Amino acid sequence: MNPTQKRELEILATKARIGTIIGTFNAKSGHPGGSLSAADIFTYLYFCEMNVDAANPQWEDRDRFVLSKGHCCPSLYSILALKGFFDFDELEKLRHVGAMLQGHPDMKSTPGVDMSTGSLGQGVSAACGMALSAKINNQDYRVYTVLGDGECEEGQVWEAAMFASHNNLDNLVVIVDANGLQIDGTTEEVAGIEPLDKKFEAFGFETIKIDGHNFDDIESALNKAKEIKGKPTAIIAKTIKGKGVSYMENQVGWHGKAPNAEEYEIALNELKAKLADLEG
Amino acid sequence: MAQIITKATRESFGEALCELAKNDDRIVVLDADLSAATKTSIFAKEYPDRFFDCGISEANMIGVAAGLAACNKIPVAASFAMFATGRAFEQIRNSVAYPNLNVKIAGSHAGISTGEDGATHQCLEDIGIMRTIPNMVVLNPADHYEMIEATKAAIAYEGPVYIRLGRLAIDSFNDPETYSFELGKGITMHEGNDITVIATGLPVNEARKAVLNLEKEGINVRLIDIHTIKPIDKDIIIKAAKETGKIITIEEHNVIGGLADAVCEVTSRECPVPIRRIGVYDRFGYSGPAKELLNIFGLTQPNIEKVIKEELGK
Repeated sequence: MNPTQKRELEILATKARIGTIIGTFNAKSGHPGGSLSAADIFTYLYFCEMNVDAANPQWEDRDRFVLSKGHCCPSLYSILALKGFFDFDELEKLRHVGAMLQGHPDMKSTPGVDMSTGSLGQGVSAACGMALSAKINNQDYRVYTVLGDGECEEGQVWEAAMFASHNNLDNLVVIVDANGLQIDGTTEEVAGIEPLDKKFEAFGFETIKIDGHNFDDIESALNKAKEIKGKPTAIIAKTIKGKGVSYMENQVGWHGKAPNAEEYEIALNELKAKLADLEG
Repeated sequence: MAQIITKATRESFGEALCELAKNDDRIVVLDADLSAATKTSIFAKEYPDRFFDCGISEANMIGVAAGLAACNKIPVAASFAMFATGRAFEQIRNSVAYPNLNVKIAGSHAGISTGEDGATHQCLEDIGIMRTIPNMVVLNPADHYEMIEATKAAIAYEGPVYIRLGRLAIDSFNDPETYSFELGKGITMHEGNDITVIATGLPVNEARKAVLNLEKEGINVRLIDIHTIKPIDKDIIIKAAKETGKIITIEEHNVIGGLADAVCEVTSRECPVPIRRIGVYDRFGYSGPAKELLNIFGLTQPNIEKVIKEELGK
């Protein structure tokens, strides 16, 4: 990836992080930590990888995206807004009564959201159904889903993994946002879900481990996934929960808590400084 | 007189699906390793490319169905009623009903007539569970002919539908020449003003036999078949309450959450009348031949006649 392209992606990801902070602050609730860890993945998917059309969100040959870790929607919403599906100002009304942007993704109210999610473990099965539909219809679209590493403690994830490989869903890419933290502590302390790569491999996936904040890594993994035939791909993306906001990084407490006014100012200042730096 | 067909409604359902699939390639069928029992095997044999066995993974099966529906397929996901609505309740609620996706869920081996498998497999809660979910339509057909028409209606309807299937082979009683199925509309099978019997599913035919027998004694019972438990036919219930003053409900289900409650919900506000409930009284079943169990649990003609007489003070 050339430096200009990389800088453009970093600008978009920083804006998605700003949207996350604006959204959760105004909602006085929400999940900033995981939204920030997955922001770079969402950015790459929507601006480099996926074939979607903001003017025609229901286009039937579009690539599909399912946010299985639905609570991390603030940064997804930000990316959808930057892509032109709706106005960025909607983030200020996140989680408000009557808002287009619900606390967890709602395919019926938000343009660009392909599946309603929020209950962990369920999105990955829906993604399998979408990939299967493409196979039945001989359509070329691909299906992407982002899961949390904590989410992989749900048994349904492994039911779906078995289904995906049994049905040779090579048009499905599962990306695990492996930030290592969940509500009650580290993933290691809570349930010991690792090694995720070996687990997906055992379930018949092509497995790739990357740095989920490195766009070159994300690009090469997704390109490799396209070459894999006859089986699905799992990308284990090592990330930092709270990435981009100094006091949130790697802190368990920032899973599901909104910043207060003071914290909001600090976060926005940090991200805006980063943006100014990138935009030169 | 129409030909009496003795067949389990699960089999009628499997045949109807196969017939509908001829003219609608959007129909795909999923099962969770029970296709031989749910009778989706009939479809699988005819349309192997549109049948997907998900293995013993009901939660994933419902999610896959949701994804297929989001891509404009009409997925039918089948398992035993117990596992489809119990194990996968939350997947149905959040992945299917909340986004109002066009998924049909078929729950076979419903009720006490599942028989020898016993309590773990005799689902007596499915109607209650499904009825509480917004957007969900709940169907409980009573014989072969009604199941055929209900299946057509379920596929034609756009949105989530739960359809209850039975294991036991039962006699048909409807006449396909005159039978007409309308989603959300009850059917008055017998006129009468002494009392009303509202039945659903397998016991409808037992109630019919009871009502015809009592007619010989000069007892005139109105009999209503409720094949659509949700949305329920309020008009037919209120009219019956007003005109007969008393109602008996009959269902092969817990008396909590099912038909009895659905009827009470309608009458309590608009025309409160005494309601006697025949069903399973908040308990689990146990192993035994289906017909014996139906008798023991009071879901057959003799007990229905007895209860009607009791309610009429005869």
